Amino acid sequence: METRALVRIALVAALIGALGFVPPVFLPIAAGVPVSAQTLGVMLAGLLLGARGGAAACALFALVVLLGAPLLSGGRGGLGVLAGPTVGFFLGFIPGAFVTGWLAQRLRLPALVSAILAAVVGGVGVIYLCGVPALALVAGISLQQALIGSAVFLPGDLLKAVAAAVLASTVLKSWRIPARA
Amino acid sequence: MIGGYLDLRSPLHRLPAGVKLIGLALLSLVLLPVESPLVLVLALAAVILVYASFGRRGVARLRQWLVLAPLLAAIAALQIWAASWSVAATSVLRIALMVLLADLVTLSTRLQDMMDALTVVLRPFERFGFESRRLSLAVALVIRFVPVLLANWRAREEAWRARSSRRVGLALVGAFFSGALRSADQVAEALEARGFAATGRVPGEAGQGMRPVVRQQTRQETRED
Repeated sequence: METRALVRIALVAALIGALGFVPPVFLPIAAGVPVSAQTLGVMLAGLLLGARGGAAACALFALVVLLGAPLLSGGRGGLGVLAGPTVGFFLGFIPGAFVTGWLAQRLRLPALVSAILAAVVGGVGVIYLCGVPALALVAGISLQQALIGSAVFLPGDLLKAVAAAVLASTVLKSWRIPARA
Repeated sequence: MIGGYLDLRSPLHRLPAGVKLIGLALLSLVLLPVESPLVLVLALAAVILVYASFGRRGVARLRQWLVLAPLLAAIAALQIWAASWSVAATSVLRIALMVLLADLVTLSTRLQDMMDALTVVLRPFERFGFESRRLSLAVALVIRFVPVLLANWRAREEAWRARSSRRVGLALVGAFFSGALRSADQVAEALEARGFAATGRVPGEAGQGMRPVVRQQTRQETRED
């Protein structure tokens, strides 16, 4: 791996962490549910770095959180996260970013549309697919209850998918061109 | 930034990271199957006592985990409705206990010590081309980048507010991301200029791939900010 790729992955992982600190000022709050900007970073990781790079960035983010850096939204971090009810959502970031990046490169649709679809499937669908069963297991509730409980975050997450796609398209425009000194 | 590590002197802090991690794993295995709310309450009380023994900062640390309270309350409500009080108590107590127990390891272990413990675990993979040195660099970069990114965002937000009464829009976020990614490439160039080659290990110098890179003059000068 090139140094450049390594540093980009580290930067995107840091971006996911920094988004955990951002109070949801520019994201609309759906139905009174606070929306963390963190999964926005996960979708962006897949869209900007592709499947493998995006998954690597999320894995690196997860590692740094587990090592003890309180970068998960709400200032959480450390091994306690693994025992909490949201562990599935947290670990789901990794496959979520992978699927987002994988789909975005393969869908044969207008760029923005495929980016939105990829972010919805990977950044929302896959993360819920990991998070909901884990929530049910840790909390000892049924899958249905876990799903209903998580569904309040859906409107916000779908908005984030659109925001991630729009952001990725603007960022990629300026990023692909090598920076001139 | 709040640190995961709590700088204190305690017997727990003196234990090596590996011992604490193995101890946590064993304790989790023992405590997970426990169904009796009474046992869980006692265990939770013991853990809270450990936090309390750390003084005011220990209590403040406990308070940080109150972010989980709404979620735990929702879980409890669901279970009281679907099952019974004792089932609700068992699962909420168990989650709180496991989270606080695990956090004891985090707050008593420096991030670097945790990283070193991880490196020991990963060492067998080095023969398959895995380089823990690069992983350490990546972790260090993430930890360093986060406050830089936050400061950069605040500066941009301030500049926006000074010029406009409108709300901060997506355009600013886009510019922020572009700037951040561009600075990543500059950091990569700076690293290579200082002799960090990410690819390949130098034969005979296992695990110590630092070597001068002569490619630098073909690259543009690192921009000065």
